[in-house]
Amino acid sequence: MTAIPVILILSCLFILGSSRLSVAIRVVAVQGLFLGLLPLIRSAGHFSVAILILGLSGIIFKGVLLPWLMQTVVKHTGVQRESAPYVAFGTSILIGVLLLGLSTWMAINMGFPANTSLLMIATAMFLILVGLFLMIGRRLPIMQCLAYLILENGVYALGVSISLEFPLIVELGILLDIFVAVFLMGNLLFHLDRNLQDNGNKQ
Amino acid sequence: MNILISIILIPAIAGTASYFIPSNKFRRWLWGSAAVIHLLLSVYVSFLIPHMQSISWIGMDALSALFLSLTSLLFMMVTIYGWGYVSREPAEQFADIETGGFLKNTPESIFTGSLLLFLAAMSLAILSRHFGLQWMAIEATTLASAPLIYYHQNRNSLAAAWRYLILCSVGIAVALMGIFFIGLAMPSGIKDLTLQALLLHASQLNHKWLQVAFILMLVGYGTKMGLAPMHNWLPDAHSESPSPVSALLSGALLNCAFLGVLRIQQVCSAGGIAAFGQELLILFGLISMGTAAIFLLGQVDYKRMLAYSSVEHMGILALGVGIGGLGIFGALLHAINHSIVKAMLFLTAGNIHYRFHTKVSSKITGLGKIMPITGLLWFAGFLAIVGTPPFGIFLSEFTILRAGIGQHLWLVIALFLVFLIVAFIGMAGVFIHMFFGRTDAHPYRENRGAVRPIIIFALLALVLGLWIPGWLTKTIQQAAILIGGVAN
Repeated sequence: MTAIPVILILSCLFILGSSRLSVAIRVVAVQGLFLGLLPLIRSAGHFSVAILILGLSGIIFKGVLLPWLMQTVVKHTGVQRESAPYVAFGTSILIGVLLLGLSTWMAINMGFPANTSLLMIATAMFLILVGLFLMIGRRLPIMQCLAYLILENGVYALGVSISLEFPLIVELGILLDIFVAVFLMGNLLFHLDRNLQDNGNKQ
Repeated sequence: MNILISIILIPAIAGTASYFIPSNKFRRWLWGSAAVIHLLLSVYVSFLIPHMQSISWIGMDALSALFLSLTSLLFMMVTIYGWGYVSREPAEQFADIETGGFLKNTPESIFTGSLLLFLAAMSLAILSRHFGLQWMAIEATTLASAPLIYYHQNRNSLAAAWRYLILCSVGIAVALMGIFFIGLAMPSGIKDLTLQALLLHASQLNHKWLQVAFILMLVGYGTKMGLAPMHNWLPDAHSESPSPVSALLSGALLNCAFLGVLRIQQVCSAGGIAAFGQELLILFGLISMGTAAIFLLGQVDYKRMLAYSSVEHMGILALGVGIGGLGIFGALLHAINHSIVKAMLFLTAGNIHYRFHTKVSSKITGLGKIMPITGLLWFAGFLAIVGTPPFGIFLSEFTILRAGIGQHLWLVIALFLVFLIVAFIGMAGVFIHMFFGRTDAHPYRENRGAVRPIIIFALLALVLGLWIPGWLTKTIQQAAILIGGVAN
């Protein structure tokens, strides 16, 4: 049970320091797969259909579908790496460590009920904070997509940790994936727009 | 079929159909009839029959009655205006005078379809009685309105739509976390997140988690509502989108997000922690008013000016609810007045932009001479939005002020007045220059269809300042009591 939070945290720290888009996307895909397992493991005793759907949809959307779409967009636009982020990669990792401390402190001090896993809540908060940080710390639109996906993974993890009694509500988090899909479309549009603009200048 | 569900389904079906209808004439006809039927049904369920509950997740109360009929009225007027708008806009690629590049409008079928789906999503957000469903509907409003902002497919509108999506999607994710915390606040054993269940078990709710939920939902929906400092998407989106869309965004969409905040405040107030939410609302209200006032000073783009004015007025709404008591009545009345006046101003701005092809106010002078009717309406709208009597906004701002005085919130009142005055100074310069400035240009023959809905809004704004009908007062009072206010 403690393996998953550790994997999630390490994957975030890795993404904070990586400039290559396709590698970062693959790591987020791994994150998605493990997140999807989370509700299944947490409710090991009493399995319900709703929880099964929750886990499966997590795996399918976050682990497979969206990463695949992102890779397609990366191939299409031909941008391979984030070369000039607003916040440098080394500094980003350092900030990541600080955020990890902050989220652990918050999870411990907010006084969550005894039946919740504090480690999991801290991890969820860490994912959310890292997502928010990356959204402002990276320049490429596709990185912002990725950052939003991480934020969203955090929301999903938080939902699974504190309100698994309402699987339907946690499932709503999957709807946020639509945004990621729309962002990806926006990425393509931005790319198109840039080409259009260039053609316009040439004329 | 149940009438409340049909209010949501009719625009949804018409909108989906619009994407596939090739004939412009038939599509516009469908658009118009959906708007008329929506308005008739909304008025019927809001004011003519006792408020009904459809299934347990969808129902009416005084609050939804106010916002539903207002949204529907605005949509009707935007439809009348929009008909002429879409027929005037060219379908082929054309040179963009403002940016110097080329632009191509979104096909009319996508525009109409998204507009109707936007209405369906807003109706669902207003009518839902379940926090999850309401959240879903508010997310849907974001998705449906993004293509509308991107209507003029140029670089600026793409950037505006992108920023809108990024910021609102973060907001909506934060609001979802708020809903998780409502789940945590529920006493164990109850697995029901309907408004009814929450109000029923309000006294057993865990206060700490309810407070966390309130903060997250205020920040989340506050982003959508345009409260500072989460308002950054709003000026871009409002100034880049076509004027009828700006009118709907400002007059209807912001109210839907406000309703999201009001619902959680309703639960807090039933749970006995109304004061906690009110303090935060006052804080965010004042920050929004202050931020808007600063940006209104020296604003050169008149559509951005209107957008910042929306931030200011959203701040006033939050402040009114925060003051509580009579202030809640004032805030709800203000929501109605602001929607009407702001929609009127955005539509007028659309006419001005159509004639001058610029959003820079200093390039426009002598509106009163060139476009007498539009110019006059523009100036009347200015008087109304800054709260001059006899327009409605004066009345609602005065009510909020009186509520503040009644509660001896002297610092809050002082800041409220200072921000109102600064906003007035900022806007007055622009409006006076545009209306009175000297010009050699000849008068311009104005399009009647583009002026008529604005005149109706102007009359409504005036009437609401002079006399509020009894049935409306009663509904506002009932709605205010729901959120812990007092009846006048």
